[in-house]
Amino acid sequence: MSAAGTLARPTSPGCDRPVLRERGQHEVFCGLTGIVWLHRKIQDAFFLIVGSRTCAHLMQSAAGVMIFAEPRFATAIIEERDLAGLADMHDELDRVVTQLLERRPDIKLLFLVGSCPSEVIKLDLSRAAERLSQKTLPQTRILAYTGSGIETTFTQGEDSCLNALVPLMPTTQEKNLLIAGTIADVVEDQFRTLFTAMGITNVGFLPARRAGALPPIGPNTQLLLAQPFLGETLKALEARGATRIDAPFPFGAEGSELWFRATAKAFGIPQERVTPIIDAPRERARRAVARHRDTLDGKSIFFFPDSQLEIPLARFLARELGMRPIEVGTPYLHRGILGADIDLLPDAVLSEGQDVDRQLARCRAEKPDLTVCGLGLANPLEAEGLRTKWSIELVFSPVHGFEQAGDLAELFARPLERTARLRV
Amino acid sequence: MQLTLWTYEGPPHVGAMRIVTAMRGMHYVLHAPQGDTYADLLFTMIERRNQRPPVTYTTFQARDLGGDTAELFQRAARDAYETFKPQAMIVGASCTGELIQDDPAGLASALNLPIPVIPLELPSYQKKENWGAAETFYRIVRALVQPKQARPDTRPLCNILGPCALGFRHRDDLKEIKALLADLGIAINVVAPEGASPADIASLADADFNIVLYPEIAGAAAEFLKKQFGQPFTKTIPIGVNATREFIAEICALAGLPVPAETNASRLPWYSRSVDSTYLTGKRVFIFGDATHALAMARVAREEIGFTVCGLGTYTREYAREVRAAAADLGVAPLISDDYLEIEKAIIAAQPELVLGTQMERHIAKRLGLPCAVISAPVHVQDFPARFSPVMGFEGANVLFDNLVHPLMMGLEEHLLGLFRDDFEFNDQAAPSHLGPSKQAQPDTPPDFTGWTVEAEQELKKIPFFVRGKARRNTETFARERGLASISVETLYDAKAHFGR
Ligand code: SF4
Ligand code: SF4
Repeated sequence: MSAAGTLARPTSPGCDRPVLRERGQHEVFCGLTGIVWLHRKIQDAFFLIVGSRTCAHLMQSAAGVMIFAEPRFATAIIEERDLAGLADMHDELDRVVTQLLERRPDIKLLFLVGSCPSEVIKLDLSRAAERLSQKTLPQTRILAYTGSGIETTFTQGEDSCLNALVPLMPTTQEKNLLIAGTIADVVEDQFRTLFTAMGITNVGFLPARRAGALPPIGPNTQLLLAQPFLGETLKALEARGATRIDAPFPFGAEGSELWFRATAKAFGIPQERVTPIIDAPRERARRAVARHRDTLDGKSIFFFPDSQLEIPLARFLARELGMRPIEVGTPYLHRGILGADIDLLPDAVLSEGQDVDRQLARCRAEKPDLTVCGLGLANPLEAEGLRTKWSIELVFSPVHGFEQAGDLAELFARPLERTARLRV
Repeated sequence: MQLTLWTYEGPPHVGAMRIVTAMRGMHYVLHAPQGDTYADLLFTMIERRNQRPPVTYTTFQARDLGGDTAELFQRAARDAYETFKPQAMIVGASCTGELIQDDPAGLASALNLPIPVIPLELPSYQKKENWGAAETFYRIVRALVQPKQARPDTRPLCNILGPCALGFRHRDDLKEIKALLADLGIAINVVAPEGASPADIASLADADFNIVLYPEIAGAAAEFLKKQFGQPFTKTIPIGVNATREFIAEICALAGLPVPAETNASRLPWYSRSVDSTYLTGKRVFIFGDATHALAMARVAREEIGFTVCGLGTYTREYAREVRAAAADLGVAPLISDDYLEIEKAIIAAQPELVLGTQMERHIAKRLGLPCAVISAPVHVQDFPARFSPVMGFEGANVLFDNLVHPLMMGLEEHLLGLFRDDFEFNDQAAPSHLGPSKQAQPDTPPDFTGWTVEAEQELKKIPFFVRGKARRNTETFARERGLASISVETLYDAKAHFGR
């Protein structure tokens, strides 16, 4: 973490909490996985991974075999003969890109996505993207970012992707609100409606649904993060003049309310004006969440690191559903971004990084009522008698905002309800 | 560089994982970045295994690359030994690990662990999953097998080689074949890799012969055992009634036993001969999968159901020769490819009425509105049914009859659709009733030939929807071949007469 950050938030209480840092086997996806949702979000973008058969296999396994439409991602698989010489490899990349764009002329934005192999052999994809763009613009713009497992874990791939988009955002002097982080289209629409009602009409989302519709940014841009894993993007947006609004993340009734109220404050909108606008959705959220309280109240929960959403989610579960977080693991702890959530989080072990065998030992010793973990660990832990929730679903489902608060609670309640119902 | 939208096989280290995950008492230390741990979910989610695969990944990061990734590997191997106490270990690298050239073999042997440590060299940029599985199994067998022990029992004794993790119906095939052997009075020495410990592998040579169920996995090891110990192995894959009979004859010969008389072993022969199956006769099927399953299904389809095989292909390049020979025998062009776009093209061109393929062909078939049955890996969670569902042996033949026939519209149903085309519920615009009243059925694929007259389009709509796509393509091909600018009702029926079989 930066020294500048230390100066900027010297008294953030979130920073006092001790953190267990571990460096062993990480059982977390790499950043390539972000393509699974990014390619659905940006409707005219295509993601070309420059990598190995492993990368291609990861993508189809993580995306599930169920890709009904032709996906807007593919892998340029590096082969033995490519490894012979680098000059040759750039020609090969040109050929593959041409082949792809011939097949998909509708693509407006092509990402060359770096992988471990492309990075280890030092294949410069940014340069390749620049060079290729000269041929393909104005029809198609080509950008590069890394999703490699040696540089990024899981959701950091989105951070890396959005970071690559920031330089393309148009500049504005106007006062506007920018919301960064992929959220479901339906949630985006709900947020826009509420902000409009509050009088904030100039709202942009990053990423935008279309490559050509990037929101503008400038010195009067107020920035709200919708996802906590956007450290690099945050830096880049701040460098373009945006000011971050510090707030807990919009999970649950409380998180959503604080998120909206912090934004109103930043825009100089009196809180009395906000109250009537968010009252009804907040009450709906509370009622929807309360339906799951009986199932979750007093139950202990253990988070394996996965998406960096763990801390805000633990905060929501603890404060709105009465759950007891035992350990909250995150692959990477950005205190500057998560300070407001950490402040609200009851006492629990915070862990960063991973040594999966040790963490499994701690989890087994604690016997939590619910364990949030990745797909590789879930069934084995179920077989040992623990109840689990797959963390990946928390990234793939609409869970932000008031209207989704009940759904979010249900995702955690369901495994316990399954156990309660089954008599076999 | 190869542009890939879908892969039929994973990288070779996933093949190695399929071997160690199937075995007991083994551990795999893999020099690989964190993202490669995704492979665990193949086993825990798709196959619903209740244990993590016995794999330790070093999960090196960019910041380790300048420093000592070799030290990281050694620590991981030492910790894995301490934590899991395996009886033997395999060590190797994934695609990225291979590039950093740390020499896992040398590093592991320097640790002097008190167990056999078997190094693997799996060239990730040349080879694929099945090759990796075969190579790993061969290396393990070669490293651990001990000379033959004399045994007092004179009953014929065999090993079953090939069943492993993430295999298409391996679990149930194995059960079926074990039962078949029990009926024949042949004892089983070892099944491997599935369920075998390093000690079991050590005793492989004690058997009189090997039964190879999946040559893609166990071929290399069986060849080695033959060369080393003179153990013969079976060549017939017991899929289908005829192949199962030949398989029984083959093992009886190897075991020195008489071939027993058959007692109504499978329902398939009678089901295929019953009148209802007239509707199956001559149906065009396109077959694609791994070589073993594709070849076997082609035979079953032709000989045992009476289908017409209109296309045959495999993604297993290692067995391209066998598939080419079978295709020549069937009078179709062989398709050796792992490019699903090419396979899709071949399916469209072959105009099948049924597709037998992998999960990917299932998607292709769905897009084309064709019925499909899955007959081969790569596997999906649906390919691990809760019920007993082998494809090998006589019970496997029963299962195949059902699986191959059920996707098809049967007999009278097909006629009814043809007779009453304007029935308001029983047509292609109406979605199946179980989807509720609001759902619209998928429209059929838009024409790429624009010269259809309004009347011809109307007429085309009267053709049952499940053959309409084919009629449309046939007519367009017919028109194109004759340089016709437009398609009239006449053209439609000319084409029907031309292509009619
Ligand atoms: S936010 Fe980060 S940089 Fe700032 S004080 Fe906390 S840990 Fe240090
Ligand atoms: S960890 Fe690296 S090599 Fe593995 S899938 Fe991710 S980018 Fe590819």
